[in-house]
Amino acid sequence: MTEEKGVALTGSHFMLGDQACAEGAIYAGCRFFAGYPITPATEIAERMAERLPGIGGQYIQMEDEIGSIAAVLGASVAGVRAMTATSGPGFSLMQENLGLGFMMEVPCVIVNVQRGGPSTGLPTSVGQQDMMQARFGSHGDYAAIAYTPSSPQEAFELTVDAFSTSERLRTPVLVMMDEVVGHMRERVVIPEAGKRTTLSRRLPSVPPSEYRPFRVDDDLVPEMALAGGGYSVRMTSLTHDELGRAVTDTATQAVLLPRLLRKVSEHREVYEQYELRHVKDAEVLVVAYGITGRSATGAVEAARARGARVGLFRPKTVWPFPAEALLRAARSVRRVVVAEINMGQVALEVERLIAGKCPVVRVTSPGGEVLSPELILEACGQDRGARVRR
Amino acid sequence: MTPANEEHRVRTPETESAPPHRHPLDSVLRSEVLPHIWCPGCGIGVALGAFLQGLDRAGIPLDKRVIVGGIGCSSRVVYYARADAYHTTHGRAIPFATGIKLANPSLAVTVFAGDGDLFAIGGNHFIHAARRNMDLLVVCINNFNYGMTGGQAGPTTPHDARTTTTPNGNFEFPFNLPQLAAAVGAVYVARWTTLDVRRLRDCFTEAAGKQGFRFVEVLAPCPVSFGKNNDIGSGLDEMDYYRGLEHIWGSSGGLPNRVEVRENGDLAGTEISLHRPIIVGKFVDRARPTFLDNYRAVAYPKRKAP
Repeated sequence: MTEEKGVALTGSHFMLGDQACAEGAIYAGCRFFAGYPITPATEIAERMAERLPGIGGQYIQMEDEIGSIAAVLGASVAGVRAMTATSGPGFSLMQENLGLGFMMEVPCVIVNVQRGGPSTGLPTSVGQQDMMQARFGSHGDYAAIAYTPSSPQEAFELTVDAFSTSERLRTPVLVMMDEVVGHMRERVVIPEAGKRTTLSRRLPSVPPSEYRPFRVDDDLVPEMALAGGGYSVRMTSLTHDELGRAVTDTATQAVLLPRLLRKVSEHREVYEQYELRHVKDAEVLVVAYGITGRSATGAVEAARARGARVGLFRPKTVWPFPAEALLRAARSVRRVVVAEINMGQVALEVERLIAGKCPVVRVTSPGGEVLSPELILEACGQDRGARVRR
Repeated sequence: MTPANEEHRVRTPETESAPPHRHPLDSVLRSEVLPHIWCPGCGIGVALGAFLQGLDRAGIPLDKRVIVGGIGCSSRVVYYARADAYHTTHGRAIPFATGIKLANPSLAVTVFAGDGDLFAIGGNHFIHAARRNMDLLVVCINNFNYGMTGGQAGPTTPHDARTTTTPNGNFEFPFNLPQLAAAVGAVYVARWTTLDVRRLRDCFTEAAGKQGFRFVEVLAPCPVSFGKNNDIGSGLDEMDYYRGLEHIWGSSGGLPNRVEVRENGDLAGTEISLHRPIIVGKFVDRARPTFLDNYRAVAYPKRKAP
């Protein structure tokens, strides 16, 4: 999509992670936002409410998060890039329609600025407790794609990328922020419009008479006719055939569901992102994401300063987990440390992948605070007199 | 289908070799996916026919028609109408339709769903879309129960009526949908039965020609569930009930007409009861700015963006 001149705030800014996320959406061509106020995601809605009317976009505050995601899906099937943003309780309410987006193959972006749970939990404090919900929260088998920014700059960049991925693969994409990244104010550099590329959904390449709404080639991503485009679109939450007809039998399901899963798993190059730091000779590998990635970076650098061979694996896409990249980075390590602000969620995936080849140590937290680099260092076996320069 | 009706199907060598019969609605239906899933005697097909004729008379072009359904028998109309059609999740058709309308305001967006979908699980969306005066036509097929799951009580089940979950009669009170819609801001509110096919068609024509949140309640027989549980009989028997020819439903016989057409729009006494005539008619027809009118007038920035 070519960006209208003057819409992207090209330049260097001092802004909140939440605001950077909103600017990332606008940069990527998002022109529809539906949401419901919730701490600590509200600033995203506020930014969109301020920005969208002036650039030909639509902001609407819905009656709840269920309505918000439903409106986002509706806007997207009519051809407008759309986003909603919420936190834990609202994310729970969105789960059913997240599945609808997956089933109907509707591009859209859902942001969860995570706080401490369960339930109302710690509304104003940090958590990373929704990571498994991001993977498995909606009913039925589906493939989630989730980004985890560690800074306001990444909140901008990964929100742009989330739109690109959702358009390219015709599927909802999650941006799993956390309260600290959302409420942290840092420098954010916004490139010129179009510089960070975003892909677009494929529109029908054939006339309506030949259009088969869910026919795919090797790419596995169907072309998408829009509401009002003259294609007599038919889309359903039920199991459907290539023509979009509801056919609720096992044979149709056996074609549809594996294709939806493979569509995501076979396009890792579209979305997979991670950062490696000092992994070449690492004996201990720290795995951390989001704000905990910042603590882990501090811990790893402190360990290196003392000559300890500690490396960092920081997934920017947590789902699907960059499995091969992790295994490469962990090939010769003696220990893997997984740090996250929950009681052990992504650690389950890392343990599954490491499969007993070395110990996996969890650094956990019930939530409310950022994990300190000292705690991570300790888990790396580097606790003697550890001091981390802040 | 009753045996009496079967007799009307005359089979002769001429008709068997004749080209396939063209139905007047073939051009606006996806006739290739027929037959439909609805039970014999169900009123939804009648409502759909009236709706499609109404859109034709209102001059809504095919490529501007969008229909959004939730989950349930009534929402299945999305499969049969020729339009951009979305069969979504239970109760969420209105917000999904809201997104479509706001993304492309040139589209004529209709929500077609049942009483349970729109007023139980989706009730919150209904009242807020009406409050905003979102430019949507919302059609509720009210058959007084959850038909697709086999006839459970719902938010419009009349007091005392029997369903599979109220075997001794409904101990709750139902919504009065026209009153509810009027109270929360709908600009057009009407109620008709599937007996009133022409009035229903004309109502859809009128509603489709207006802007804002428009609500049409269609009372429709559900003979296999609600009809059976309440000894109403077949779909045709329920039509007779609407006409007032028989006193089948409940115990308070003796009323000359079971359905009365109200001409003056008065909403008083429009609650549906087993023991009183059903009031139908047009109750609200007013104008006020739509959500988009107000958005354009108020939300657009007066000062420079940050």
